[in-house]
Amino acid sequence: MNQILLSIIKKEFWHILRDPQTLVIILLMPILMLFLFGYAITLEMKDITTVIIDHSKTPHSRQFIEKIRSTDFFNITGFNIPESQIEDIFFRRQARCVLVIPSDFASDLQTEMRTKIQLIIDASDPNAANFINNYFAQLSMRYNNENNPRLAMPFSVEPRIFYNPDLKSDYFFVPGLIAVLILLISALLTSIAIVREKEIGTMEQILVSPVHPVQIIIGKVIPYTILGFIDSILILLVGHFWFGVPVIGSIVFLLFALVIYILTGLSFGLMISTITDSQQMAMMAALLSTILPTIMLSGFIFPIKSMPLIFQYVSKIVPATHFLEIIRGIMLKGNTLLDLKVQLGYLFGLAGLLILVSVRKFSTKLE
Amino acid sequence: MIPIVINNLKKSYGAVQAVKGVSFEVEVGEVFGLIGPDGAGKTTIIRTLVSLLDPDEGEIIFMGKNVIGNTKFVRSNIGYMPQRFSLYRDLTVEENLRFFGDLFKVSTDVQDKLMKKLYAFSKLAPFKNRRAEALSGGMKQKLALSCMLMHQPKVIVLDEPTFGVDPVSRSEFWDILKSLAHEGTSVLVSTAYMDEAELCDKIALMFQGNFLALDKPDKLLQSYEFPLYLIETDQVHTAYNKLYKLEEFSDCNLFGNGLHVSDKNNYGEAGIKGILDKKQVEYKSVHRIEADLEDIFLKLIKDGSETSGREQR
Repeated sequence: MNQILLSIIKKEFWHILRDPQTLVIILLMPILMLFLFGYAITLEMKDITTVIIDHSKTPHSRQFIEKIRSTDFFNITGFNIPESQIEDIFFRRQARCVLVIPSDFASDLQTEMRTKIQLIIDASDPNAANFINNYFAQLSMRYNNENNPRLAMPFSVEPRIFYNPDLKSDYFFVPGLIAVLILLISALLTSIAIVREKEIGTMEQILVSPVHPVQIIIGKVIPYTILGFIDSILILLVGHFWFGVPVIGSIVFLLFALVIYILTGLSFGLMISTITDSQQMAMMAALLSTILPTIMLSGFIFPIKSMPLIFQYVSKIVPATHFLEIIRGIMLKGNTLLDLKVQLGYLFGLAGLLILVSVRKFSTKLE
Repeated sequence: MIPIVINNLKKSYGAVQAVKGVSFEVEVGEVFGLIGPDGAGKTTIIRTLVSLLDPDEGEIIFMGKNVIGNTKFVRSNIGYMPQRFSLYRDLTVEENLRFFGDLFKVSTDVQDKLMKKLYAFSKLAPFKNRRAEALSGGMKQKLALSCMLMHQPKVIVLDEPTFGVDPVSRSEFWDILKSLAHEGTSVLVSTAYMDEAELCDKIALMFQGNFLALDKPDKLLQSYEFPLYLIETDQVHTAYNKLYKLEEFSDCNLFGNGLHVSDKNNYGEAGIKGILDKKQVEYKSVHRIEADLEDIFLKLIKDGSETSGREQR
């Protein structure tokens, strides 16, 4: 290989290895964030504090309460309080929902199509309220089907949930986190690596030599690609062995897609470095322009289809959007690269475009 | 072929004219000094020469080729040492040398031979495994010089290479420069230290983007037309305030050792003492001295401002 390129790569590795503090941060940060998301920030719900007021007091109502108690979704914390206290209980956060079973519960269940019960939910967290409502509706419908003799259902819905049958949010977070962290690290590292040379003056020195901008850029990209790759493997290992996220598709495809994605991040970092002059600016630019769009606009947490149309278009130029489809496809569904060619095409296109812009914008002068 | 020819170079940053049309040549084996205070335009000239900046006007010829349009040729053949220490602090002395050797595609054999030679004059061999950040100021500058010499350039350009370096290291550094020039290397160096100016073969005194003078240092020294006297006194500032406006002395300047006054009317030592007594200036002694480059520099600045003042009127 070319002597200049090789010497730049070698030098870049020395920089990385001789700054152990930064290296430890780069390698540990993703693992820490993974544990944070995996444990602390979870979308799953359980232990919803619930108060039940049973006016019916019949074997039927007690059977229904038993059904509720047997799930770990509801946690019954109070019983038969006066109805005047309901608001007070919400106010003091002693319960998130109150179930009122009317006195004609048992007779309605035998004679009417519909049996009325009341669920009062604290909706100060609307998402949670919605979730409680849905869960309870399912539970009560099943109970009604089993116990109401007048209700002969013409058909029954048997939901089967594919790819994540237990609806574990780890399955959702681990691939998403890889998408966020890899983009962040690769953009951050490359942008800082180039801007640092401008800041300490070494860029001025190495520019007065036969070196070509492409050699400087490639020489910086290769070491950080390897570092980013090691990071992704660490996240994958922890995700798979600790959180039990499956890798159904081919691991080779996955690693290939990772390399492409890392390159996209690095080329984004390069572009940042061509428009900033201080390490601090580069860091801020990299943080803001990678984390926010990746979390908000890529479908990592919020579904793209429910965004306003303009943001749906914006999401197309967020690399993580395409990478998330790829990594979820490979890990959870077992997609092959052929199934994901459109998304891969987008990533290639974005990476190529960014590198082209960076090389053209890379200034070999001081002005 | 003259290695460096600069013709009517002009360069502005926005409204500020950093270099206002200067011309000079640096010949083979010559040490050419750009001498002047901060902001005189020295760095701008050097950066346009090494193709890091584009000139607004004028012509820069490096080894027979125009710098504009021959960036790659210039950058591959010139040796450039920027103003700030621009090596990799976390790399060792040897790693830095090898890195710059590799950048200029110097083969490993040649690098080995060169490094022996460079270690010999820089005396850096005992520190070759030390990181650059742990070197003293003088050693850092010698390392920077060595790195620049790894591709054996025929022309080297140094921007204030001895800035902030102790006097012993400075004189060592200049010895190296002189011996390089002796071997046929052309040297363009900038400095704000007047004592270094006298070590150059030819100097340009720079002020506010212009050359005040361009000549051999000894020729410039001889150009001082009036006898110069040193007045030693304990109250330099009081004395200066009383004397600098007097018609009797065309130049009166503050120096570390006292006041330098030029005796344009040939009063002689006794005459000057008479004036001092008349003006009630306390002094310890008055005696004749030879003008140095700093006197010349200050005189040229003063003459320049008087001429431009007259032109404006």
